[in-house]
Amino acid sequence: MESVDLIYKAIYILVIFGITLLIATYSTYFERKIAAFIQDRVGPNRAGPAGLLQPLADAGKLFFKEDFIPTKANKALFIIGPGIAMLVATMSSAVIPFGDMLIVGGREIWLQAIEVNIGVLYVFGVVSLGVYGLMIGGWASNNKFSLLGAIRAASQNISYELAMGLSLIAVLMMTGSLSLREIAEQQQGFNWNIWYQPLGFLIFLVCAFAECNRTPFDLPESEAELIGGYHTEYGSMKLGMYLFAEYINIFVASAVMSTLYFGAYNFPFMENLRAAISDPVLANNVVTILGVIVMFAKIFAFIFFFMWVRWTLPRFRYDQLMKLGWQILIPLAILNVVLTGGAILLKDYLF
Amino acid sequence: MENLFYFLASLTLLCALMVVISKNPVHSIIFLVITFFTISGHYILLNAQFLAAVNIIVYAGAIMVLFLFVIMFLNMGKNERDLKTSALTKITGTIAGGLLFVVMIAALKDAHVGTYDAENFNSQIGMVENLGKVLYTKYLLPFELASVLFLVAMVGAVMLGKKETGERHF
Amino acid sequence: MESLSNRSKKVQKREMTFAERAYLPAIAQGLGITLKHFFKKKATINYPEQTRERSDVWRGLHVLKRDEKGAERCTACGLCAVACPAEAITMTAGERKAGEEHLYREEKYAVTYEINMLRCIFCGMCEEACPKAAIFLQDDKLAPARYERDEFIYGKDRLVEPLKTTETK
Repeated sequence: MESVDLIYKAIYILVIFGITLLIATYSTYFERKIAAFIQDRVGPNRAGPAGLLQPLADAGKLFFKEDFIPTKANKALFIIGPGIAMLVATMSSAVIPFGDMLIVGGREIWLQAIEVNIGVLYVFGVVSLGVYGLMIGGWASNNKFSLLGAIRAASQNISYELAMGLSLIAVLMMTGSLSLREIAEQQQGFNWNIWYQPLGFLIFLVCAFAECNRTPFDLPESEAELIGGYHTEYGSMKLGMYLFAEYINIFVASAVMSTLYFGAYNFPFMENLRAAISDPVLANNVVTILGVIVMFAKIFAFIFFFMWVRWTLPRFRYDQLMKLGWQILIPLAILNVVLTGGAILLKDYLF
Repeated sequence: MENLFYFLASLTLLCALMVVISKNPVHSIIFLVITFFTISGHYILLNAQFLAAVNIIVYAGAIMVLFLFVIMFLNMGKNERDLKTSALTKITGTIAGGLLFVVMIAALKDAHVGTYDAENFNSQIGMVENLGKVLYTKYLLPFELASVLFLVAMVGAVMLGKKETGERHF
Repeated sequence: MESLSNRSKKVQKREMTFAERAYLPAIAQGLGITLKHFFKKKATINYPEQTRERSDVWRGLHVLKRDEKGAERCTACGLCAVACPAEAITMTAGERKAGEEHLYREEKYAVTYEINMLRCIFCGMCEEACPKAAIFLQDDKLAPARYERDEFIYGKDRLVEPLKTTETK
């Protein structure tokens, strides 16, 4: 690889990292704001205009709190736990195509950190590792409630990973590729996967909620039963890291869902727009930048949906959670795979 | 590239050793997870990205989580008595390990490292498409047999987990 | 058995329909309700900047009035204490001495006058009972929360209307 390309990649990765952290930071603000609005309140509005500096105030508070480690905790693992959670959360945005190709000075710049031909599997693998942060942290705390939270997290993640993978397979059968960029390219214009995979999307959505430990599947950290679950013993910035990791996970899940089912950076009439501008380079750049904006709009819509659901639905009971995962979602996902396969065969037969 | 290989290989061996040496079972599991990661690293060095990803998803992401789950439940390593091993166990362990070592040396002494044909070597063999094609043509029978094996295992697990008539769990 | 009000409902234990069992319609309905609240007018009043609108006849914190010359109107007749249904008012009467005419309007005045704001129910009976128009319940002030119980017993220092020192002609 050329050194210029390397520098560009480094800059791009830093930018994506920064955006991820920024979105995670402001997710806390919007979570509180949306919660307040849904409950007919106004939410944080004291720090800065409309409370916009609230996340900074929260971060400042977390940084200056006493960094406390329980006496009987396993010190090394207690510290590693939030680190793993954070590391794994930030890793997964590497393969997501936030946009198409920009042409700057004759150089093609792809708006994706790394292009691998197993992008979907990469995301899937990294997401499946996220549970280690919770488990190690929960176990190292040496506290019953933390341990219960960790165990819940583990069994929940494993159960829902299966249904998630199966619902993904239908998409992969349609697109015939594991590369996220190729999946995005195939959904040109308004030809989004959601029109062909509504059931698969629904299953994926439910599983994404479960994988992110969001309400109604937030059993690992349920305040009412487990006093906060795996992060009961955590305080200061280590707690902050766990919360941060959760919001980054939401961001990544939103980005993956937009890419897989909602056409990533594609938007209706993008080809008409491209044809309307005479200069091909300019046309490409305009369409690409609009595409990035559209992609982030989709991601924000999903993040809003995550929060909207959190303040609407109550928490599941644990046996209901397991029943939903194993007895409903997995058979539905298999049915979806079979239906997709049949439809593909029928299409080949007819046309 | 070669340096990277030696680094990864030594890391793998070190972590694998730590799995056996660690007194705390949870530490063992975590070292095992790191071992799987380094093995995935080896796969990537061999240009087999699919295997690397699947290795992480299946082993590190699912099976090791279950291991950790069970060990957390068992609460092992809490009382010191479990950790003490008798002298007899130590001696038998050393002898058995030494014998295995001798057998391995004897078996691998004359083995020669297979070379590859640099002209016709397909560097893309580890990619998903090629792997899938090979699996569904050349190795179709073993592949299908393996899936039957999994099916049987699944049915067995369901049978074991099924409630018997009159049995109550709650 | 016949129920007394005839309003009790029979418990129905019918099978749930498929739509009910699938939960999704119910979830969509719930999401709709929360979205409706999202755009509703908020109930919050941003307190220091805004205050809740009060009625014109709002009965808030008591005040002991002075007359136009600045002398206290209260004569410690005790009618307010008698009228008080919560027995929140106590006072001791005293005789005005020579040279205090500018302080107290009549010969008898209240040496101490205390209202226990924890007992007071802000009914306004004292105001109605007062023959000298000395006690009023203000419509713009409240008895605020405090940390100690004895701080709720308001004496003359906090009840009597402050002298208008900066009067301009």
